[in-house]
Amino acid sequence: MKMIPCPRALGALLLAVSCNVAVAGPVIEHWVAPSGARVYFVENHALPMLDLRVDFPAGSASDPAGKPGLASLTHVLLDLGAEGMDENAIANRLADLGAQVSGGVDRDRASVSLRTLSARETRDAALDVFRTMLCAPVFPADVFEREKARNVAALKESLTRPDTIVSRAFWAALYPDHAYGRSATPASIEAISRDELERFYREHYGAGGASLTIVGDIGRNEAEALAQKLTEKLPVAAGASPSGVAPGLPAGGEQRIAHPAAQAHVLIGLPALKRGDPDFFALQVGNYTLGGGGFVSRLMREVRDKRGFAYSVYSGFVPLMQPGPFLIGLQTRKEQADEALRVTRETLARFLAEGPAEAELQAAKQYLSGSFPLRLDSNGELVDNVAAIGFYGLPLDYLDTYMDKVEEVTATEVRAAFARRIRRENLVTVVVGGTDR
Amino acid sequence: MHTLPRIIHLAVRLTVSAVVLSLSLSAPAGANPFEHRLANGLRVIVKEDRRAPTAVHIVWYRAGSMDEVNGTTGVAHLLEHMMFKGTPAIGAGEFSRLVAAAGGNDNAFTDRDYTAYFQQVPKRQLEQMMELEADRMRHLTLDPKEFEQEIKVVMEERRLRTDDQPQAALFEQLHAAAFQAHPYRAPVIGWMNDLEAMSVEDARDWYERWYVPNNACVVIVGDVEHQEVFALAEKYYGPLAARPLPARKPQVEPAQAGVRRLVFKAPADLPVLLMAYKVPVLRDVENDVDPYALEMLAAILDGHEAARFSRRLVREQRLAVSAGADYDVAARGPGLFYLRGSPAAGHTRADLEAGFRAEITRLVRDGVDDDELARAKAQLVAGEIYKRDSMFAQALEISQLEASGIPYRQNGRMIEKLQAVTAREVQAAARRYFVDDGLTVAELDPQPLPESPRRPQIETRH
Repeated sequence: MKMIPCPRALGALLLAVSCNVAVAGPVIEHWVAPSGARVYFVENHALPMLDLRVDFPAGSASDPAGKPGLASLTHVLLDLGAEGMDENAIANRLADLGAQVSGGVDRDRASVSLRTLSARETRDAALDVFRTMLCAPVFPADVFEREKARNVAALKESLTRPDTIVSRAFWAALYPDHAYGRSATPASIEAISRDELERFYREHYGAGGASLTIVGDIGRNEAEALAQKLTEKLPVAAGASPSGVAPGLPAGGEQRIAHPAAQAHVLIGLPALKRGDPDFFALQVGNYTLGGGGFVSRLMREVRDKRGFAYSVYSGFVPLMQPGPFLIGLQTRKEQADEALRVTRETLARFLAEGPAEAELQAAKQYLSGSFPLRLDSNGELVDNVAAIGFYGLPLDYLDTYMDKVEEVTATEVRAAFARRIRRENLVTVVVGGTDR
Repeated sequence: MHTLPRIIHLAVRLTVSAVVLSLSLSAPAGANPFEHRLANGLRVIVKEDRRAPTAVHIVWYRAGSMDEVNGTTGVAHLLEHMMFKGTPAIGAGEFSRLVAAAGGNDNAFTDRDYTAYFQQVPKRQLEQMMELEADRMRHLTLDPKEFEQEIKVVMEERRLRTDDQPQAALFEQLHAAAFQAHPYRAPVIGWMNDLEAMSVEDARDWYERWYVPNNACVVIVGDVEHQEVFALAEKYYGPLAARPLPARKPQVEPAQAGVRRLVFKAPADLPVLLMAYKVPVLRDVENDVDPYALEMLAAILDGHEAARFSRRLVREQRLAVSAGADYDVAARGPGLFYLRGSPAAGHTRADLEAGFRAEITRLVRDGVDDDELARAKAQLVAGEIYKRDSMFAQALEISQLEASGIPYRQNGRMIEKLQAVTAREVQAAARRYFVDDGLTVAELDPQPLPESPRRPQIETRH
């Protein structure tokens, strides 16, 4: 699994927001395998391929205190050695079959995915490799040391980048006393031992916490057998996630960090929204007008179109197990950072005071429900959407009712939901680069 | 609206170059995709795909940064931005608003070889997209006031994606050194000073020169009926008049004779080494040999986690924290085969270069194993199936091939040719092209960030 040790915050975050959206959807079959794994299945024979994704409650919020980086490093090592196969054997067998393994770690989740051709012989062989790496990783000591060094090297490089610096400072300021606020450092990665990796795996990669998504060219009976076979040898783990604790709200304020880049990187936000929250739809619809609607949002108009301050400016919600951030982000030539910040804050303040105009509300609904089919028009997108429903325990009819829930939102509800969630006295601003005050 | 500099394309080498194998095998010639040429020269290519009630609409113009001249580099991309700034019928910013109201997503990108505009929409909205694109194909307003704001946005884009990105800036430096005569030497986004000196008249000249139906191609993939789409194309694009295109100068890159080297300094921590060899690209699908061999070679070197560079340089010798290879088989201009990596702690850029060179020596001397080649081919075949999961990827592939001058109908033949590549051909290509006379080496020399005393943690805002 190729991964960057600390999540490339912005892109990943916004993806998480948009992945959440969808409607009148596919039939999701759900059952619990005898192993205890929850299974979510969408049968689809249009292409001779099969996608699997397993999500574990093993994201970076599960890092023990003082060990940030452990969740990520554990995940990296999964396909680098398993019972009977070294790292090269795993990669070669997958490549021989044309199968692809990928994955990622965010705050809440560690996910591992397999894409394979669905012809039985190929599929079963790919599943054997996949099962072995999931259920019997060996974390070879020399590979562990090498990957630790690679992680540290990548992290040190990333710590020179303004986008990384702003993101880490932002999360730390939003979650000063919560696992969501912690990021790995070179020293914390250096301090991780192989034993800790093994223990983390045993405690967090259990079948009971696993949520398995299956999409593609396979029947229900075979899917049931596959699900059980894939998960029955997973460790027996309880594994309560520290992200189960709710964060408090931060004291608002502004933080400036010097950097030589031509542009200042700005993030503004606060903890705001968790998965399954009833305010989700009002916030999603409202955010489209504020800064979520690509080229047609208020932030885009004020900051980019009217003033040419930025190439990219956006706002979004990142719903997580516990309240994830609302954030506004932009990058601008450092000499004009203060001016861009002022315009951004004014735009937010006006939106909080007024809410969307009726025409804006309609435009948001037209887009969010009109574009529903686009969000589900490939197996890849289905897997991501269904995996989020499964992992976070959202209703199985979530996709079917999405459009109606969008349509029901009123301007009053938007304004009220934003007023509840975006308290200006708690807003944190981080500026990396720019002129010092 | 953004550039996709080649560096991004590099990451998707295998997906870029190819085809839908099973379609090409199962469908008779002349069937899906379907093609139609309007009287004004506009080509329309329709691929019916009924998996979901959606459609992708791409309009691309054979005018990219390689058609620019000195002093106005970046104008292709700037014009791409201005295409969203209105026509007499559709006000500034209205284009995207209308697409969004239709439940669609829209964007555009500028490449060295071409410029493309696309929308992904529910299928019933396709007609409106064609009407909108036809309107801006000939009726762009190019308001000086809009230009004044948008050129600033483009400069911010350059700062974001190149000036403050040492690795992207390193690729820019590499291309400027590897090519002296060919316009591939200039970055797609343009040199900053050219952006500073750009005028709305430059944009207008570009638009008048290249934005004509006989320089454009419409590609549609989705749940559509091709005859209906052709009729819509006649209705909306048909009335636009053709005009003669300016002559395109060949600007052939003179033969390189001797290694070129450069060192680039930027705030960073990790050193980077790029080695780029001059290689051919695909021109003749039937008779070319080396481009196919080079494509398979790239897969053998860097097609999966245990491919040669990763296995030997990262895993066994621990010389590198990353080591990869890239090659684009299809392009209008000249080709490069890239080796790229970062040395592991305790090793230098020179150590890594020596490691790459040792791999090349071994390749030239011993060739590649049959199982390595078979593995690359297995991945290729599977990739052809996976690609069909995305309508957008299919539309993009057709566009990229055609923009490179390769008929999309020869896709299937390209895959057959790739599958027929032999170990001997791979070895011969390595021997022929991995020579110092055609090599450019670019190194990122990381510079420490200035001491950055942090302000007191969080100040209360005033």
